Amino acid sequence: MTALFPQATPAPFTLDHDLLEVSMGPHHPSTHGVFRMNVTLDGETVVKLTPVFGYLHRNHEKIAEQNSFLAAIPYTDRLDYICSMTNNCAYVLAVEKLASLQVPERAEYIRVIVSELTRLFNHTCLAGFLLQDMGALGTPLMYAFREREHVLDLFESLSGSRMMCNFMRFGGCRCDLPAGWIEQAATVTDRYSLFLDEFEALLTDNEIVRARTEGVGVLPADLAVNAGVTGPMLRASGVNYDIRKVDNYGVYGRFPFRVPLGEHGDTFDRYMIRILEARESLAILRQALREIPDGPVIDPKAKLRNFRPKPGEAYGRIEAPKGELGFFLISDGGPNPYRFRIRPPSLINLTILEDMCRGHTIADVVVILGSVDIVLGEVDR
Amino acid sequence: MIDANLQTELGRQGIVATTIEELYNWGRKNSIWPLQFGLACCAIEMIAASMARFDISRFGAEVFRPSPRQADLMIVAGTVTKKMAPQVVRLYNQMPEPKYVIAMGACAISGGPFRQGYNVLKGIDLYLPVDVYITGCPPRPEALLDALMALQNKIAHQHLTGSKLPRHLDPNAPAEYPVPQFGPHDLFLPPPPAATLDPNLNLNPNPPPTPEPSSPHPSRAA
Amino acid sequence: MQTLQQLKPRIEAAIQGVSLEIIPNGSPANPPSLLVDRPHGRAVAEWLRDDPETRLDYASNVTGVDWPEKTVKEKTRVRKSIQGLDKEVEEIVEKKTPGFLEAVYHLYSMALKHGPLVLRLRTENRSDRAALPSLTPVWRSCELQEREVFDLFGIQFQGHPDLRRILMWDGFADFPMRKDYVPPADDDPGRPNP
Repeated sequence: MTALFPQATPAPFTLDHDLLEVSMGPHHPSTHGVFRMNVTLDGETVVKLTPVFGYLHRNHEKIAEQNSFLAAIPYTDRLDYICSMTNNCAYVLAVEKLASLQVPERAEYIRVIVSELTRLFNHTCLAGFLLQDMGALGTPLMYAFREREHVLDLFESLSGSRMMCNFMRFGGCRCDLPAGWIEQAATVTDRYSLFLDEFEALLTDNEIVRARTEGVGVLPADLAVNAGVTGPMLRASGVNYDIRKVDNYGVYGRFPFRVPLGEHGDTFDRYMIRILEARESLAILRQALREIPDGPVIDPKAKLRNFRPKPGEAYGRIEAPKGELGFFLISDGGPNPYRFRIRPPSLINLTILEDMCRGHTIADVVVILGSVDIVLGEVDR
Repeated sequence: MIDANLQTELGRQGIVATTIEELYNWGRKNSIWPLQFGLACCAIEMIAASMARFDISRFGAEVFRPSPRQADLMIVAGTVTKKMAPQVVRLYNQMPEPKYVIAMGACAISGGPFRQGYNVLKGIDLYLPVDVYITGCPPRPEALLDALMALQNKIAHQHLTGSKLPRHLDPNAPAEYPVPQFGPHDLFLPPPPAATLDPNLNLNPNPPPTPEPSSPHPSRAA
Repeated sequence: MQTLQQLKPRIEAAIQGVSLEIIPNGSPANPPSLLVDRPHGRAVAEWLRDDPETRLDYASNVTGVDWPEKTVKEKTRVRKSIQGLDKEVEEIVEKKTPGFLEAVYHLYSMALKHGPLVLRLRTENRSDRAALPSLTPVWRSCELQEREVFDLFGIQFQGHPDLRRILMWDGFADFPMRKDYVPPADDDPGRPNP
């Protein structure tokens, strides 16, 4: 044949390639909101990843400087818009530190109950979103949202709104629990326990989940600490730092719960830590619902209107479901905050996104981002 | 349109009588494919509307498409920031006609609680034509379903012929909406491109009125 | 953790030429802060991270604060000669405290589970000399937060690996979180009250 086609001798085979830059987002089905990543690929392997933020920068901090301290509470609902109750708790904690306010015991127990309910549905919805990113097209998410609706019913009967609860006030809560709420919450907790068993049976030993998450996106512990990672992501890398235990704020000291720690720091550990934390939250809830005392829900001396704390500054932080949510407030004696700074766990957890994704394929980037658990309202504020 | 009594009388005899327009609109309104486009908190209520309790798929709209080329409804759910506004308009331009926009939530209507912000667009109808507005912060999933029913009603009453044509059949309506650009202090609309065709070639005897170049935003788009 | 009064002499002994100041907190239930001079900012940060008794390995929060120039009117008694007679007259004197931008760091220790230590760095002025040493090489968690402080306040962090805007678009020319920022004029036609 080579006599007929003298040019047909095959040349030595070299693969000449360029790097491809792909912009994932801001409109993308898997970026959990308007988040953009400029990914530089060598074939399918990630060489460089540059996140771009700011597509949901809604100026919470500037708006808070123009409105009073009380008016900032509904804005905190909209930060991590899935977990509005914990955002409220973090802000009022910072204000209570600034103005040295006391909170009655019943209000502290209510805060623990709603925070742990929020943590429950946040962690299961995260598992649902992660599975959707992996291609499970909605079924785990459908189950997680079904259970979330029961908790939202509780929140609606308590605060009047499903999502933007606006429930905490300086020195307590807005109002007391309605009649029958505790029994309904206990029913929801029991249902959640059965649901978690069902969820885990479907997902934890699932071949595809294991294959796609084990060894993917490993985060070493020292890098996690230095990069300021907090929350379940930090504990999945093996660092024992849970602000509920370290700062012992509110009445968390009365609840003996365990802090699950991961071994490898990969995506599967991050998923598993969240499921284990959800189970610990169930234990806290059962105890809190049993032991909640009677009494007032707001400090009678608390002043909401014309609230002018003395000049000074305070930093209040809680263990939100996403990590350490902190508020740094500077007051100059006026009715508005002089500086209202939100320490966003989702943004700071994204510092090492590139480190986790380098060397993996682009399909793994989606899974790793899903395991970081971001909400853009908090990242961009 | 056929008289309703005649329609029911015929229906009792097992005969369906309709116009092409009704049939066409009936098919379109019961299979609206929304674009998977959640910006902020309202997106979570939109997701809840597509979940088991509220179930948007009863209305034929559960197929949320990730690509704008395959979608016919854009539910702008959440605050549109100035940084995101050009992408929103670009996505809208990429959708094929007939296309509709629902502005969900206070932020998409007018900037909402974040109206004082320097990076917040004071309503998406500054750059896009909106068909249905849903109030609320966030609106309940039932409100989204009510808005979807209002949109279906609007689609059912659109005409294919005659003088009152909908935007997608109107030859004078703009094919593309201008994409805002980033300026040093604010967004701005670039001036429309100069005509490159032979000015003597009269393709469009009734050109639409050009917007005022001095005002930074067009009047609220119809 | 040791108090700032105990830490101050130890840092002064370890780092030559450093100038520290303890800023009290108006709210006594909350900790005071440590103001470090600009040239030694990074050295103090590294010492705080590596010292075995403090081991502040976790920088939780970086905040930018804008303190504009303040004009304070003071009444002083001045001897003046009026119509040939020496008299003590009350005069109103305007004193201007210069403005500056400030970066406040909240530091905790994950190893020893204590904190916070509040570290402050101040710029010289709010216009052309608004630069501070970046603490990103010490704590990587400052990377995105310092970019945000640069974007919204205009503080240049020297030594930051990638200092560019993070929340506003790249061509944006203002620093919106400063107290004297004015949003575009026709941006908000219908707002009822400021």
